[in-house]
Amino acid sequence: MQIWLDELRGDVSWLGNLPAGLVYTLGIVIACKIVLVYASLLAGETVWLERRISGRMQARIGPNRVGPQGLLQFLADGVKLLAKEDIIPATADRPVFILAPIIVFVGAFAAFAVIPFGDGIVAADMNLGLFVVLSLTSIEVVGIIMAGWASNSKWAVLGAMREVAQMISYEIPLGLSALGIVLLAGTMNLSDIARQQEGAIWNWYVFRGPFAFASFFVFFTAALAALKRAPFDLPEAESELVAGFHTEYTGFRFAVFFLAEYSAMILFSILTAVLFLGGWSPGFPVDLDSGIARWIGALILFIKTILLLSVMIWIRWSLPRFRIDRVMYLCYKVLLPISVVCVVGLAVQVLVAIEWLGLEHAVGGWLGGK
Amino acid sequence: MTVANIPDLTEVMPELIFHALAALAIVSALAAALAPRIVHAAFALMAAFFAVAGLYALLGADFVAFSQVIVYVGGILVLLVFGVLLTARTEASLGLERPVRRLFAVVAGSVLFMLLAFAIHGTTFAAAGAPTEPLATTEAIGRAFLDPEGMLVPFELASVMLLAALVGAAYLARRRRSS
Repeated sequence: MQIWLDELRGDVSWLGNLPAGLVYTLGIVIACKIVLVYASLLAGETVWLERRISGRMQARIGPNRVGPQGLLQFLADGVKLLAKEDIIPATADRPVFILAPIIVFVGAFAAFAVIPFGDGIVAADMNLGLFVVLSLTSIEVVGIIMAGWASNSKWAVLGAMREVAQMISYEIPLGLSALGIVLLAGTMNLSDIARQQEGAIWNWYVFRGPFAFASFFVFFTAALAALKRAPFDLPEAESELVAGFHTEYTGFRFAVFFLAEYSAMILFSILTAVLFLGGWSPGFPVDLDSGIARWIGALILFIKTILLLSVMIWIRWSLPRFRIDRVMYLCYKVLLPISVVCVVGLAVQVLVAIEWLGLEHAVGGWLGGK
Repeated sequence: MTVANIPDLTEVMPELIFHALAALAIVSALAAALAPRIVHAAFALMAAFFAVAGLYALLGADFVAFSQVIVYVGGILVLLVFGVLLTARTEASLGLERPVRRLFAVVAGSVLFMLLAFAIHGTTFAAAGAPTEPLATTEAIGRAFLDPEGMLVPFELASVMLLAALVGAAYLARRRRSS
């Protein structure tokens, strides 16, 4: 980003006359705005995708009136939600009630800053990329607890408590299964992780041996729990808790929760594609490094994201909800042991590749090189 | 196109950000200490955690900054609020109404403050200056962990003691309930 801005300052004279710090700050702000708008629009379309797929699965049509195939349905929904009355319950804890959707929104959207949408198409290319995503998404949970608490309603508090119980269970397998990929890659920079998987399809981290393969499924399952998606939608559980933590929210505040949920889905889909499914690599050696070609790479990553989103939707409309104790059982007694074995196995795999096979790093040569 | 006098804040910006973050940290820490409702105190604590994470980031310690967020906001704060929710009292009191307790809290707080103040005053901090380029802090931290002469491994092993304390606390709490 900084290099790119330096080039721009060299090319455009009046930008060069501005203070460097101001240009960097504005550049970062504009880049984040673009990412924010893009993620919001994509979240709106994901809602449409979900409604259409669920319609198909239940032998009905789904929204198809607004725009071609109903693609603009989210705009109509948005206008409807804005027009609704904004109710704050009399017994609610007012400041916390108002603050909660903002915190959830920040937690869901902030992490997009470090997510690469293609080779070099990233707002902030940080060395800590993966770690930043995991830490910022954990903020969302605090917002949900605030919402549940401040609503001063039984449904909301129960939903918030379930969210906490669920969060302390899924976070460990989620982090550990991602850690295995960090071991293989030797970096937490998401762009670098994606670049290492370019070339043939067996360069994708999901195909680098049995431990990486198992890690992928642990990661995806834990991600579903993190997203509160069925079968892990206990904090909302509309058939038991009305709407769980956001029962008391109406109008725009509810829309923010809704948007945050779908943008988090997109976030984790891109993250899964980048970590395990080759990022912008089409699965065969092709040069996508420069100019217009990187946008083709971005399109490939986009298609992978849509496919993963469809899998999430497919799972939601196929499986019944877990019970909270079964969620904790699954996370602590099934996913956690698997992910620990995977981390140790991947560590041994990297060690063998470096020490005995004399390879530069596990990346270069394990099960095929570039 | 000429640009009219836009002041170059590049040099003073870190200082401005530092003062903003420090002010936020102090104000939210005070709010956490003085909030009448324990849940509000917890959420004020979150703002303090974020401010401190921002200070770390300002120092170029990005790994420490995001560790602060993931450990304190994502972990400790969530558990703290969970504990408050489980006690199931809307107006959870801190038990500070009784004058004796209040006195004890003031004394303990003052002693701790004086200890810390002396320790900070007695230490000379070398002025390193903010790094101009992002450093690979993660690698340095990783090497420090595996350094045989470093102190990080014994320090981390000491945290096993905390785990033992937790297990012990859970055991005691359980015994009390069943009797």
